[in-house]
Amino acid sequence: MNMIDVKDVSYQYGEKQVLQRISFTVHEGEFFGILGPNGSGKTTLMKLLSRELSLQQGDIFVAGQHIEVYKPKEYAQLIATLPQHTDVSFGYTVKEMVELGRYPYQSTLFPKWTKEDEQVVSDSLYAVTLAHKQHVLLEQLSGGERQRAALARALVQQPRVLLLDEPTNHMDVAQQFKLLNLLKQSKLTVIAIFHDINIASLYCDRLLFLRDGKVVACGTPRQLLNESMIESVFDTCMKRHEHPVLPKPLVTFVPFLEQSIDDVLWHVTQHENMVVIETMKPFKVLSSALVGGGMRWATTFVNRHVSLDYRCDDAEQEMIEFLRQQGFDEQWTVGMMTAVDIRDVVFTSAYEPVRFFVAVTAGVGNAVDSANAWRRADAIASPGTINTFVFIDGHLSEAAFVQALMTVTEAKTKALYDKQVVDTQTHTIATGTSTDCTVIAASQQGTYYEYAGTITAIGKQLARFVYEATKTAIDRYNERKGENR
Amino acid sequence: MPKSFIQTFLNNYISASLIATFALLLGVSIGSQSIPFSSIWETLLHHMFHTPTHVPATISQIIVSIRLPRVVLAFLVGAALALAGVAFQGLLKNVLADPYTIGVSSGAAVGAVIVFFFQLHLSFLGRFTLPIVSIMFALVTLLFVLLFARLAERNMAMETIVLIGIIMNAFFGSVISLMVAFSGEELRQVISWLMGSVAMRGWSYVSLFVPFFIIGSLGLFTHIRELNAFSFGERTAANIGVHVVRKKLWILLSASLLTGAAVAVSGTIGFVGLVIPHMTRLICGANHRKLLPLSFLYGGAFLALADVVARTIIAPRELPIGVITSLIGAPLFAMLLFKSLRRKTG
Repeated sequence: MNMIDVKDVSYQYGEKQVLQRISFTVHEGEFFGILGPNGSGKTTLMKLLSRELSLQQGDIFVAGQHIEVYKPKEYAQLIATLPQHTDVSFGYTVKEMVELGRYPYQSTLFPKWTKEDEQVVSDSLYAVTLAHKQHVLLEQLSGGERQRAALARALVQQPRVLLLDEPTNHMDVAQQFKLLNLLKQSKLTVIAIFHDINIASLYCDRLLFLRDGKVVACGTPRQLLNESMIESVFDTCMKRHEHPVLPKPLVTFVPFLEQSIDDVLWHVTQHENMVVIETMKPFKVLSSALVGGGMRWATTFVNRHVSLDYRCDDAEQEMIEFLRQQGFDEQWTVGMMTAVDIRDVVFTSAYEPVRFFVAVTAGVGNAVDSANAWRRADAIASPGTINTFVFIDGHLSEAAFVQALMTVTEAKTKALYDKQVVDTQTHTIATGTSTDCTVIAASQQGTYYEYAGTITAIGKQLARFVYEATKTAIDRYNERKGENR
Repeated sequence: MPKSFIQTFLNNYISASLIATFALLLGVSIGSQSIPFSSIWETLLHHMFHTPTHVPATISQIIVSIRLPRVVLAFLVGAALALAGVAFQGLLKNVLADPYTIGVSSGAAVGAVIVFFFQLHLSFLGRFTLPIVSIMFALVTLLFVLLFARLAERNMAMETIVLIGIIMNAFFGSVISLMVAFSGEELRQVISWLMGSVAMRGWSYVSLFVPFFIIGSLGLFTHIRELNAFSFGERTAANIGVHVVRKKLWILLSASLLTGAAVAVSGTIGFVGLVIPHMTRLICGANHRKLLPLSFLYGGAFLALADVVARTIIAPRELPIGVITSLIGAPLFAMLLFKSLRRKTG
């Protein structure tokens, strides 16, 4: 059901046109966010909805009836407002303030305070977790508590719609989420102005973007939070990414873009027991590494040699300890292990179509044919044997990261095929080893690559160099095995 | 802040009623001829229930015709001014507002002096001409003050309203002086009346005042919840469903009624509406559910006692009662202003 219908609403203060033919609909039970830069008309729109301003042009329908039809008390039973600042009056207790919210339910001449009124007030105080402070004076509360007290007053109005003007202003992070979680659980129809796009995305079912008094767009966060839309509404460069836990889009501001002018982008040092690649600037990384796996930014990449019989219950923690001992900050480090002799690492680099760099260590003792791996009985993951590092001085989209990963994997598999590496248990040709690791790192500067599949310019070169490097690495591994024997 | 014993003691209706009764009895008892409380009780019971009495007729006469009307009038005027002060303060969210400081009393006084000066007697109003003209002037002054304040500064800061009150008092004061100057001897007594007095008024003044007092008090006592709502700002009041314009007008009308009528019968007695609500708020908090009735009782008691002081301190001569209230009120006013400015500048 449509709870609120705004139709062709325009508003002007004197000569200044603040809203121009605004139309939108809010459904019952929806959490509806209004966003826009300062001066876009958000607050004016809110004031029209709360009837603080009266309509000039256009119509607003609330619960099916025209907004001007309602008497003040009727309207207060339907819509409650939580203002940005709560006016606090000295000398009132929390409960006295909250009780005011029952005003629309009491008769004018002979107001009676019923048991139901009392119940609603105490329920609301519990809901905002202020029950223990109900007899405290308002001036003794913190800003967040005052805002919650104001919310309790709005809730005792038992409204169907709650209007919020930047409700979490002046609140710390914990208080913000407490308040918003509470609202989300309340199942009320909520219309709220937000400044923080990410908070809006997390909580709102739909968003309305305003700019210069006009509706720019209206839809779900997923529809609206794209980079060009945000840039057109807020004039700010932003990047979209995904919430780590929830299926919600988030945006991140890009304060400035540095151009790479350095000649030296990465620096390789080879130690007895590890290869360390350090980048001059942080690189964005997608990897399956033991430490720092997944998507993250990093400056240090460590490929550590461990003996073939390395066993540890908590390999990740042990690796972190190791990195710390070496003086690396694990927050900026991608770390992986290999049983291969570190001297056999293969490096290649190229300048076309962009500067990139590939490092591979390979051992095929644990070779596995993924197509037939289900026939194998073992499940032990011993230290990785084919570790591939790819560094690209370019700007990759998230999709390009995944495509680069696919491209590199396919190239590796083809190298194994051409080298006739066999899964010793299934006796078929292997596709990799049991614990391969791959790192795709990009400087996120310079040329932008939306795709990096096998047929793109960058993908072609990546595949070629990874294929060659992997083959060389397998050769070196086999040679050393021969030597040792 | 834990409440002191005195705060707790004064924070109930029984204590307040006892204090009010005591003030009334004291007012009747003290004077050129001291009268014991027992005689007062006897006389009152005799007049109400015709019980037998041993009080001499002369004493009884003093009690009923001279002292009692004076004390009752002082009590009612004190209560009225305190209620009006509470209403102004709640509505304007301004602890410095009282009928005197915002200039409404002076406006009403101009109305009263005009009635004296032109010997006004509107036939359809009869003897109520005086209070009704005063009330009209009070209301018009009030609306003008509010309009002026809002035009000067949208958020109506405390100091703005007080400044406008000063302007009003200065202007109306000179208007009254002008009329007194033109009138020669006849209006000389007006000057002492202007300082505020409840002397020599008799029951006729009480009966002149009571109807407006009842209507005005009822007007405020039926708007307790609205006054609480307005204390949180007009926006909040509107949000919880208060019909802002209508209720505001009701409250202003009631407060003007109380102020105008009080000025008409007793002149401009300053600061009662400032001192009493402030003290009462310290006792019971800001909630009007308690603030309003307690201010009523303490306001009445305060002015009855102030009257006792006014007529005994330099006996046999009398001080205008307004002198006493201003002596107490003006320093408090200064303190409140100081505190509000300090809060603003941090």
